[in-house]
Amino acid sequence: MTPHPSHGLAIALFAVVVAVTLTITVWVGRRGHAAEDFYAGGRDFSPLQNGFALSGDYLSAASFLGVTGLIALYGYDGVLYSIGFLVAWLVVLMLVSELVRNAGRYTLADVLALRMRQRPVRAAAGLASMVVTLMYLIAQMVGAGSLVALLLGTDSGAAKGWTIVAVGGLMIVYVTVGGMRATTWIQIVKAFLLVAGSLLLTGLVLARFHGDLGALMHAAAQHSGVGDAYLQPGLKYGASTTSRLDFVSLGLALVLGTAGLPHILSRFYTVPTARAARRSTMWAIGLIGCFYLMAIVLGLGAGAVVGAKAVKAANPAGNTAVPLLALDLGGGAGSTWGLLLFAVISAIAFATILAVVAGLTLASSAAFAHDLYARAWRRTEERQVSEREEVIAARISAVVIGGLAVVLSLFAQKLNVAFLVGLAFAVAASANLPTLLYSLFWKRFTTRGAVWSVYGGLVPAVLLVLFSPVVSGAKTSVLPGVDFHWFPLENPGLVSIPLGFLAGWLGTVLDRETADEDGFAELEVRALTGAGAA
Amino acid sequence: MAQQERIDWWAAAASRPRVVAQRRTAEPAPPEERAGREVYRSVQESDAFQEIRSGYRSFVFPASAGFLAWYLLFVAAQAFAPELMRQQVAGPLNLAWLLGLGQFASTFLLTWLYARNARTKRDRAALELRWDTQDQLR
Repeated sequence: MTPHPSHGLAIALFAVVVAVTLTITVWVGRRGHAAEDFYAGGRDFSPLQNGFALSGDYLSAASFLGVTGLIALYGYDGVLYSIGFLVAWLVVLMLVSELVRNAGRYTLADVLALRMRQRPVRAAAGLASMVVTLMYLIAQMVGAGSLVALLLGTDSGAAKGWTIVAVGGLMIVYVTVGGMRATTWIQIVKAFLLVAGSLLLTGLVLARFHGDLGALMHAAAQHSGVGDAYLQPGLKYGASTTSRLDFVSLGLALVLGTAGLPHILSRFYTVPTARAARRSTMWAIGLIGCFYLMAIVLGLGAGAVVGAKAVKAANPAGNTAVPLLALDLGGGAGSTWGLLLFAVISAIAFATILAVVAGLTLASSAAFAHDLYARAWRRTEERQVSEREEVIAARISAVVIGGLAVVLSLFAQKLNVAFLVGLAFAVAASANLPTLLYSLFWKRFTTRGAVWSVYGGLVPAVLLVLFSPVVSGAKTSVLPGVDFHWFPLENPGLVSIPLGFLAGWLGTVLDRETADEDGFAELEVRALTGAGAA
Repeated sequence: MAQQERIDWWAAAASRPRVVAQRRTAEPAPPEERAGREVYRSVQESDAFQEIRSGYRSFVFPASAGFLAWYLLFVAAQAFAPELMRQQVAGPLNLAWLLGLGQFASTFLLTWLYARNARTKRDRAALELRWDTQDQLR
């Protein structure tokens, strides 16, 4: 790894990012302390603002650094990530966003509870949401640790550990002090910075190749060391039938996972109407689509300008391709502009990580306090939790979840970041999406169906990963010394997503109760018209 | 509806005798909640709502099936017919790149079509029905 001489500047810019986000948190967080403020930011954001915030929540370090790095290293096979991540938004736009906005209040489980017996479905959906967000959170924090340490030029375990602790501490402050309102503003600022930074770099790459994309692709292929294979499918996922099936499994998880991500779903509650939810999704699709198109140019640019070899030398997974590209485009390691551009892009990457972990912690604490603590764990004859107590529980749980994520991330530092994100998507697609779609569209869906569908997706997804080559039996496994794997694929989606749908159908067919038709009538009318919506 | 005329596995569950679902609590719903539920039932059965719903579903279901099939076909073609996808089409672009960029284009296009459909076909009617329903609920 090459040490970078711009640490001072990068550290100064990181400090600016932290100062700005903390100012936003304190400033915005003073307004309103009701549950609606904490979970939904007062529901008064505009579609444009929420569109930026959605993009901010969605475009994590995995996109800005991971996807571009994969494209730089594997060319065409890296592009698939960007396509899957984008196409997934059509599911959100057409099947989920408006209906969820109208039918729920703060969480995914709210939608289910409208027509099901509340306690079992809230317990199931709340647990699944926490598992998904925690996995996603660990991925981001592990990424933050290795990335920030790398960008600051130290590769020691202690530096990574302290970075993780610092990021964890910051995200706890954002969420407990600022709630959804501050988190949303942080996302907006971050998304703006991310798009602006990408635009700048894309412009510089295009200028370097005089606007000739063909020349860019050609140069990237030449510097990849594999020639034309770089521009063809199969460089990363083409060696065997297993790896091809893995590719399909990943593709399925990517496209179906987004609509089940709790921190994305809770964004729709920050706007006043379903129409605003639709328009914010459209803004998000526009921004995310343009971002991924730029990411392709940046990935190819890193391959062409920096070279696959240098990218790999700096980080085997390619995670530092974009900052390296910035350094080269500015004029190289010795030049002022190169160092400045490198520091700016690194600071944007840091802001990206901070914003995403804040959104995830908030979604996780909402699932705990709103679904589990205040409802699933209370019998009807018991004293009910007041709104004030619920918000206090949410703030405390944000601290606990943040702490838990820090501890788990410290132990999970060897795990591959992209894999963890792919896994979180697979679990979201297996546990959350089937039950959500059935609830919204299937009249006869029952409580047992809902509960089976959540556990029927969640348990296989987690078990299949435990017995996959990711955990044991391969050189890159978490536990390389032992081998107890029997499931050949790294991503469980291909099996666990159909199982989630199957379990929901079976649970309903085998249920002795009929569906609550009045509940479904209320859900349908509310979802499509907004009558009685929060 | 057409669903019930043929043998339908989705509906198979309904044919067996069952106990009636208990909603949320074991006790019967309080009178004002029961009245609210009757309002939702009657709105659900109204022509105005059926029209909104069919307008929504007749666009969304085929469109979703379409883009999912097109995406999965694209993924499967890369995994199992890489030779086909490697064919050069235009300049540096082979079939895989062209279809990949096509995915971007179709996503933007469908987003626009969906929004236009919602705006022209159901937004106004849905808003009217919303106030109407809320008046009845009051």
